[in-house]
Amino acid sequence: MTESIEDLYKEIILDHYRRPRNRGSLLPPARNACAYNPLCGDEITIWVDIDENDTITDIKLDGKGCAISQASGSMMSTLLQGKSLTEARTVFLRFKSMLGIGKNKTDIEIFDPEAPAGSQLGDAEALKSVRQFPSRVKCATLAWNAFEEALGQDTAVSL
Amino acid sequence: MTDLASRIRQDFPILQRKVHNVPLVYLDNGASSQRPVQVIAAMDEHYRMHHANIHRGAHTLGEESTQAYESAREKVAGFVNAPATHEIIFTKNATEAFNLVASSCGRFFLSEGDRILVSAMEHHANIVPWFMVAEQTGAKVDWIPLTSDGQIDLEAAHALIPGAKIVACTAVSNVLGTINPIAEICAKARESGAVSVVDAAQLAPHLPIDVQALGCDFLGFTGHKMCGPTGIGVLWGRTELLDAIPPFLGGGEMIEIVDFEGFTTAPLPYKFEAGTMPIAEAIGLATAIDYLTDIGFDAIRKHEVDLLGTTFDMLTSAFGDKIRIYGPQDINRRSGILSFNFGDIHPHDLASILDAEGVAIRAGHHCAQPLMRTLGVQATARASFYFYNTKEEVEILAHGLEKAADIFGI
Repeated sequence: MTESIEDLYKEIILDHYRRPRNRGSLLPPARNACAYNPLCGDEITIWVDIDENDTITDIKLDGKGCAISQASGSMMSTLLQGKSLTEARTVFLRFKSMLGIGKNKTDIEIFDPEAPAGSQLGDAEALKSVRQFPSRVKCATLAWNAFEEALGQDTAVSL
Repeated sequence: MTDLASRIRQDFPILQRKVHNVPLVYLDNGASSQRPVQVIAAMDEHYRMHHANIHRGAHTLGEESTQAYESAREKVAGFVNAPATHEIIFTKNATEAFNLVASSCGRFFLSEGDRILVSAMEHHANIVPWFMVAEQTGAKVDWIPLTSDGQIDLEAAHALIPGAKIVACTAVSNVLGTINPIAEICAKARESGAVSVVDAAQLAPHLPIDVQALGCDFLGFTGHKMCGPTGIGVLWGRTELLDAIPPFLGGGEMIEIVDFEGFTTAPLPYKFEAGTMPIAEAIGLATAIDYLTDIGFDAIRKHEVDLLGTTFDMLTSAFGDKIRIYGPQDINRRSGILSFNFGDIHPHDLASILDAEGVAIRAGHHCAQPLMRTLGVQATARASFYFYNTKEEVEILAHGLEKAADIFGI
């Protein structure tokens, strides 16, 4: 492991853990989905409102779990708020690329570690050290998987 | 008190290694213990010099392997004080032992409306097979509740046992470390005509077992938590019941005759040992039993109680209200398992921070979700000790917790 444990628990991650953004729920017709990590019991439920132009107009999360899973959900919600589904797809794939998982097809979907800090994934870039802690990658992707599942309920807008 | 640990630690090569450039502190023995060179050497010797399939070919290696495998069975019979050697059935693990009992008992004597009584501190291995058999037979699963300090509510147990067909209970909780009054529960079950099924997975590594004194009907445990290899477990059952219930898995070895109409089963214990069994693993388990018996369960228990007392004192004096330890506060009522939560730090985060200090603990629900719900928590951190752990290692654990407190600002 080249990263130290302090790299995993950066201040910004603890801040999102202690003061999660966009906490709460939305009423139907918001799409929702729940993701669960059976290994540790972490859970996240997500609600997403999408307008007729395929723009994410609101996103809310609720859940319980470790700092990584909960902070990652909070960071994701701030990143995706107001994004079009096409933009969200790019963010989604770039995040997975940062963690060394998933398939990327274009340059804009691949996370560039040399780019200025915060320019690609905002606060969520603080999670890039998770890649060095393989057992925690599932924690970091939990909320993102819930988001993907929520959109998957309607194949027309699926990522 | 570190005399025992310092004397035998060199038997465990893995305890000499480093993780993240610091010495390994292995406190995840409740999940799986480490194994001494004696066990590794016995399995190595079997594969190098003696291996062949058992109970088959009339050749030297086949005879040597059969002899070693059956000696292992005798060793286990002595270890649990079984009245007869054929009452020892080798399985893959404790989970398979309970699946065998549940499946075979289910087909033999459970039917719609029957009550299966399970304690609220069971591992999923002694819960899920019962749910599965309940689904198949129409029987229903009922729960023995716990007291607020994590012990079996005996009064409730006494009231619930009459009328139940099965009473499934763990001898030692894998989460709380609680040592249950299993003889009393089994006596009540026997008096009421219920079949008792005891999970001894966390008992066998730490305390002597006497199935006759416990008065149980079935008892299961696994090899890898008691210095033995993975892939080998044990089911002990009373002859009368093992004879009565149908076989679990079908295949070679468990039959007497197969013809175009069907099959007849082999006598005990082979009736329940279908296919080629884990031969080297059985030999490894027998060696582990010798190893533990040589050290002595009195010495093991004394060492673990000392260590548990030290840990309780050290953690509560260092962290006060920040640390919440679950289960009985009386260390004489628990084995070397310590489940806790630390401030608002999630156990998963704690485990990562401790790992960076070389300390291996378990974080999560420990395959005991009904118990987690009873405790009102999502997860706990669990440090579980064995006779090779030392006070110095407890100090490193405490130091790791200090570091976690620093990082999370609690």
